[in-house]
Amino acid sequence: MAEMGLVDFHHSVVETEATNRGYERGLIELAERGTDIIVMDADLAGSSGTSGFRKRFPDRFLDIGLCEQDMIGTAAGLSLAGKCVFVTTHGMLAAGKAWDIIRSTICYGSLNVNICGADAGLSAGAAGGSRQSLEDVAVMRTLPGMTVIVPTDAVEARKATVAAARTPGPVYIRFAAARVPIITTNLTPFTIGQAGVYRQGDDASVLSNGVMLYEALKAARLLEDEGLGVRVINCHTVKPLDRAIVNRAAVETGALVTAEEGSTIGGLGGAVAEALAQSSRPTPIKIVGIEDRFGESGEHEQLLSHFGLTSRDIASAVREVMSRKRSPEGQDAEAATDRV
Amino acid sequence: MSPTPMELRDIAKIVRRDVLTMLLEAGSGHAGGSLSSVDILVALYWEVMRVRPDRPTWEERDRLVLSKAHAAPALYAALARRGYFDVKDLLTFRKLHTKLQGFPDMHKTPGIDASVGSPGQGLSIANGIAMAAKRDGRQHRIYCLMGDGEAHEGQVWEAGMTAAHHKLDNVCAIIDRNRMMGDGGTEDIVALSPLEDKWRTFNWHVVEIDGHNVEQLTAAFSEAASVKGQPTVVIARTVKGKGVPFMENKAEWHDRKLTEDLYEEAMKALA
Ligand SMILES: Cc1ncc(C[n+]2csc(CCOP(=O)(O)OP(=O)(O)O)c2C)c(N)n1
Ligand SMILES: [Mg+2]
Repeated sequence: MAEMGLVDFHHSVVETEATNRGYERGLIELAERGTDIIVMDADLAGSSGTSGFRKRFPDRFLDIGLCEQDMIGTAAGLSLAGKCVFVTTHGMLAAGKAWDIIRSTICYGSLNVNICGADAGLSAGAAGGSRQSLEDVAVMRTLPGMTVIVPTDAVEARKATVAAARTPGPVYIRFAAARVPIITTNLTPFTIGQAGVYRQGDDASVLSNGVMLYEALKAARLLEDEGLGVRVINCHTVKPLDRAIVNRAAVETGALVTAEEGSTIGGLGGAVAEALAQSSRPTPIKIVGIEDRFGESGEHEQLLSHFGLTSRDIASAVREVMSRKRSPEGQDAEAATDRV
Repeated sequence: MSPTPMELRDIAKIVRRDVLTMLLEAGSGHAGGSLSSVDILVALYWEVMRVRPDRPTWEERDRLVLSKAHAAPALYAALARRGYFDVKDLLTFRKLHTKLQGFPDMHKTPGIDASVGSPGQGLSIANGIAMAAKRDGRQHRIYCLMGDGEAHEGQVWEAGMTAAHHKLDNVCAIIDRNRMMGDGGTEDIVALSPLEDKWRTFNWHVVEIDGHNVEQLTAAFSEAASVKGQPTVVIARTVKGKGVPFMENKAEWHDRKLTEDLYEEAMKALA
């Protein structure tokens, strides 16, 4: 799809970069353009992506120490006084440790605070289950007025950072510390709340974000060899979900798979399922993610495979969900009842 | 027969060497804060704590909560050398399917008394174990090892109030006071001083010592055991990265990746 300006990684070596780096570039760009920005970190500047910003704009940087809760509260005050604030910590610390302060101070006041969850998903790798954040998207999504974005690569991460600064109300953006494939370019359109169709197809759709979008595109390619046309959609904004594109995918392809680097409970899969179940056309869906358990130590790529988050797993999910598809005559496929 | 201070120093050196080998093998992990805690752990596990490595879940054992959970390599190495599990297992640290997870998991590793991850949470756990021990009339002591940067976390001070209020004299907190955290010096980022006074006003018995001197450590722990009606905090003055000159007091060695060359250099320093 030329108009999306995607990288043709099927025919060239794919480059990789941690999405944290895109965050860093976005912050620098905002400061260079004269935004009255304050970037905060809680003793993680070395890995979160803010150290480059700190170097360029030391006066606009505030390291608050291991005080994640105090950081969020202070950000609220800075925002009330008109500053454009970005706070940075591990995904699971923002979404976990600081959640009540985000809820009761930031969201209750609809404040313009941008919350950045670094090292999210399984990208903390070897550090293991306590540090990996698989629940952040789910718990952030429940907060009234919170926008939730999961950029797919470093290029999109930069765009998301810049766009978040202009979005009213709180925004949560999730970044990865591990190197992940770069599949978009500066030409690829990005608007918060608007999903992107990255590949056309009418047999089934895969809705995905983060590093899983790359896996989804590879899965679609695998399935093409089996004669299946799979639509692939970048749902970078989990909230507000682009219901128009989701509904169209449901109506036009009749079977949906969601794929995310996080819990199968309440994340992108949950958002899509909620939307579809209440639409005029409930559609079979399969949620690919990590099922109700903690992560563990291992390299990022090993973990993706260990937890069933590869293109092969997505391809099997597509085959499975297609077997539950309603036939054009309105008859349910045979297997509909005994597969869940 | 308990080991002599000389023998304890040799054990500490072996544990430090294990830590470096684990970090090289894993390709990631926290060097600085592991090395600064080694002597504290050696004093505890060889000299002070009543434990039975052959029965890690023995009810009457003293407990350790590793609140500065990123020092897991130091604790794992100490446990292995103390006989809780095979030293060879140390080489699996942080790898897929390992029992030595990046942060301690009590269901996977023998000798871990509580699963821990985020700094700031351990003292509350120690308090809970201590309250139960008092209710059940048990005599064991509960140690909680914390970082100094960790003391930024509000929960540490909530737990500090709880322990003093409930007169948890069976709790002994140890602060690895290396004056460094991830991004730099504690006093530059958010100052903790005067740390001793803070704990004193929280009604804790405070002991300040050299955290690399096993005799001082041992003496501090027995002083703590004799204090009644008050929890004790041992503020152990340490050097982050202790034992490896190029790591000492260097913020980047909080979690920098160790290369083969640097590993060789570090092992020479610990020969
Ligand atoms: C709540 C929380 N904050 C921050 C981190 C990341 N982190 C782990 S250790 C650490 C620095 C801790 O400094 P200190 O307590 O002084 O430890 P030490 O110097 O002994 O290594 C940071 C920022 C985390 N895992 N969880
Ligand atoms: Mg420290």
